Amino acid sequence: MVTSTLILAAEEETHNPLIPAVPDLVWGTVCFVIVFVFFWKFVLPRLQKMLDDRSAEIEGSIEAAQKQQAEASEALEHYAEQLAEARQEAAKIRETARNEGQQILVELKAQAQAEAERISQNAQVQIAADRKAAFSELKSEIGILALDLASSIVGDSLADDKRSQAVVERFLADLDGASK
Amino acid sequence: MVSELVSLALGVGVSEAGSGGFEGPTVNEFYPDALFFIGTPFEINRIMLARFVAVALILLIFGFGVRRLKVVPGRGQNIVEMAVQFVRVYMAEDLLGKVDAKRFMPLLTSIFFTVFFMNITGIIPGINIAGTSLMGVPLLLGLLAWVMFIYAGIKKHGGHFFFKALFPPGVPKLLYILITPIEFISTFIFRPITLALRLLMNMFVGHILLVLCFTATSFFLLNTDGLWKLIGAGTFAFGLIFTLFEILVSVLQAYIFTLLTASYIQMSLAEEH
Repeated sequence: MVTSTLILAAEEETHNPLIPAVPDLVWGTVCFVIVFVFFWKFVLPRLQKMLDDRSAEIEGSIEAAQKQQAEASEALEHYAEQLAEARQEAAKIRETARNEGQQILVELKAQAQAEAERISQNAQVQIAADRKAAFSELKSEIGILALDLASSIVGDSLADDKRSQAVVERFLADLDGASK
Repeated sequence: MVSELVSLALGVGVSEAGSGGFEGPTVNEFYPDALFFIGTPFEINRIMLARFVAVALILLIFGFGVRRLKVVPGRGQNIVEMAVQFVRVYMAEDLLGKVDAKRFMPLLTSIFFTVFFMNITGIIPGINIAGTSLMGVPLLLGLLAWVMFIYAGIKKHGGHFFFKALFPPGVPKLLYILITPIEFISTFIFRPITLALRLLMNMFVGHILLVLCFTATSFFLLNTDGLWKLIGAGTFAFGLIFTLFEILVSVLQAYIFTLLTASYIQMSLAEEH
């Protein structure tokens, strides 16, 4: 085969393109074997590993996302619960405060009323005492004034203390009797 | 036969050129002078160098691409990933299912990228010849596909694989006289040959077309006068269009080769043929 090819080459005959020469086959095989081993042992395993890593990563991140979502919804639920609780508590506190306020108001009203009553009672007692004092003062004043008036009218006959005292007493008794 | 066809096509090309002195490309395009190890089985010529460049490109691009793989890919990693995923999803997994696809991924990926990169050297400036335009690589890969689908079938069904392949169920017994030889030829002989030939001829003809366009351009511009030079502009435009077309053919042939290999394996693995 080799020799016939050589002879062909040497003779510069027209070649038959359908019959491969030996170097053609040799180098063709060498080239293909290199490419085949390169893809088989190097390119494809590395690509495969990378693709596996990629799908693992994608799956991992999907899982992580799902987990995060679950956590988030759980947290949301938790917060909603807390919020509801807080609202309830606030309502309770408001209710208590209102009740207490009302109670305080009632108590204050009662206290004020009592105070007012006490004050008015005191005032009445004071007024009564003042009246009494004024009355007793007036009683003596009026007697003196009347005596003065009478003695200036009837002369000094009534200057005698003892008699005038008696007249005043009588007069006052009459006055009392009239007023009663 | 093919060389005759090519020279016929070139004969037309010459007559169209309409003047003497124009030499179109011949089949010798694919037999450039040996550069190293001349006369040994390791002889290296320009096409072998093109193959080395293709392999180097694969090693560089994918080597750097997967050097530091990140779970969140950068731009470079994205391209490498997309390229491999293209083989995995649209060829391997689509036909074989996820479990079997994994087993055959090294084979299918290396077939796809070997074919693609060796095709694309056909339009890389300075190389300008596809590594797959010599029978060696297409034949090797065709035979590899052949070995792999037989291996897959035997591993799955044992010796019963051949029986199922040659005697498809649901056929009247008498018809096996007709069907079995057809099945044998189409499955065990034509499959590797068609795989190899389809690839080889695509790249072969593509290269011839490009050479024809550009040598014609050169001829018209340098060796003719006046309006003839305008034809050179036309042939140059055709050359550009065919260059773009070759990119498409490079991807397409790599895709077809890999897809057919996967589908042959899938047929071998299938429960019913």
